Amino acid sequence: MNDLVSHAPPAFLKEGANPYPELYRRDYAAQSPAYTPIYKTSVLRSPSNALLSIDHTVSETTGPMFGHNELGLLDNDLIMNYAKDGEAIGPRIIVHGYVLDENGRGLPNTLVEFWQANAGGRYRHKNDTYLAPIDPNFGGCGRTLTDENGYYYFRTIRPGAYPWRNYVNSWRPAHIHFSLFGNAFAQRLITQMYFEGDPLIKVCPIIKTIPDEEAVNRLIAPLDLNASVPDDTMAYRFDMVLRGRRSTLFENRLEGN
Amino acid sequence: MSVKYLKETASQTAGPYVHIGLAPHQAGFDIFQNNFDNNLVGATTRGAQIIIEGRVYDGSGSLVRDALIEAWQANADGRYNHPGDRQKTGSVDPNFRGWGRACTDFETGIYRFYTVKPGCVTGRSGKVQAPHISLWIVARGINMGLNTRIYFADEEKANESDPILRGIELKKRRDTLIAQPSQKDGKTVYTFDIVLQGENETVFFDV
Repeated sequence: MNDLVSHAPPAFLKEGANPYPELYRRDYAAQSPAYTPIYKTSVLRSPSNALLSIDHTVSETTGPMFGHNELGLLDNDLIMNYAKDGEAIGPRIIVHGYVLDENGRGLPNTLVEFWQANAGGRYRHKNDTYLAPIDPNFGGCGRTLTDENGYYYFRTIRPGAYPWRNYVNSWRPAHIHFSLFGNAFAQRLITQMYFEGDPLIKVCPIIKTIPDEEAVNRLIAPLDLNASVPDDTMAYRFDMVLRGRRSTLFENRLEGN
Repeated sequence: MSVKYLKETASQTAGPYVHIGLAPHQAGFDIFQNNFDNNLVGATTRGAQIIIEGRVYDGSGSLVRDALIEAWQANADGRYNHPGDRQKTGSVDPNFRGWGRACTDFETGIYRFYTVKPGCVTGRSGKVQAPHISLWIVARGINMGLNTRIYFADEEKANESDPILRGIELKKRRDTLIAQPSQKDGKTVYTFDIVLQGENETVFFDV
């Protein structure tokens, strides 16, 4: 991601133009189709009609915004944000990176939410009955806003793998769920981050729904020793990309401007 | 050589435990001071207050009880609370973000939004869009969030000229986007069921 060119048009061409023009069409070649029998739950939950393509209006090019005053001071620290009589148990890690758009620009002040199982692979959720114990000091969720450059970070423990009922003996690789907003409702995205070197990645049916190997690789966070806190916390780097917006060199007549 | 762009990150299912991260109360615990929820309305929000409620069904007609649905809408004037809305008419309501999230109930499968009825929104080339609420639906088994829109049955005239509704060829399919009003305990409730697959499948958009 370091050899990016910015596709921003020269500023003088944009005067008076809408700073939030329509988004690039979604590239479905790098996305899971809806119907993926290898992931059995998708069989009855996938639309059988083709999605209806619509031109973007202001309803798609805008989206909700959030402020720092809505978040708590510990919301990005999963080791401490549910601590009752001690800290969460497990390998301490920092996860950090950028939320970018397809033009390589950081998305500032955008809400990032994350949730995960505890170090034993158990979720704090009334429907999770896996026998691994609940950690009384670990909630398993957090959230943060990106800074002006699109950078985010949070602290947590490394989650464990856990079994699930897809095939007999199916195990999910360790993962963290991410929810992203960008600055348009059409950018809304949920994804999962995996950990470099996990042998379960290659056999996971949910990952195998993605038809593009490079797209899978981009979900695997590498260890980032330089960002570690020595004698304290390891770090993983995870950048995420949301859809880019078209340049407005010459404006189409769009939203009745 | 081709022009270089980054690729959108691959979507992955929200999974069965999406509530932990996005609606921890529904998962069964309390962690954040401030929770995002299904009430879009503040004490001084302008406009007619309404309730949207419905259920989500899978391809076998069974209830989907673990779905999470987000709503994004204009205010009563038809304005979005976002700098990308450059319509000239009406004004932004500082007491209305226009966004909320709801979960289908683990028992009844019902989801609900407490909101105001949106106004008409100017669309492409100045064409008026009928009042609508954009929805985004995620759940276990949904690989990528599904986008649809709620329109209102009592906006018949505006619906007839809405460019997006008109783009749906079959009337039967168009009708899947129309919420039906009723009165319950003095409140206006619009029912909007979402069918993920099969007969009466909801129209979903590639936005």
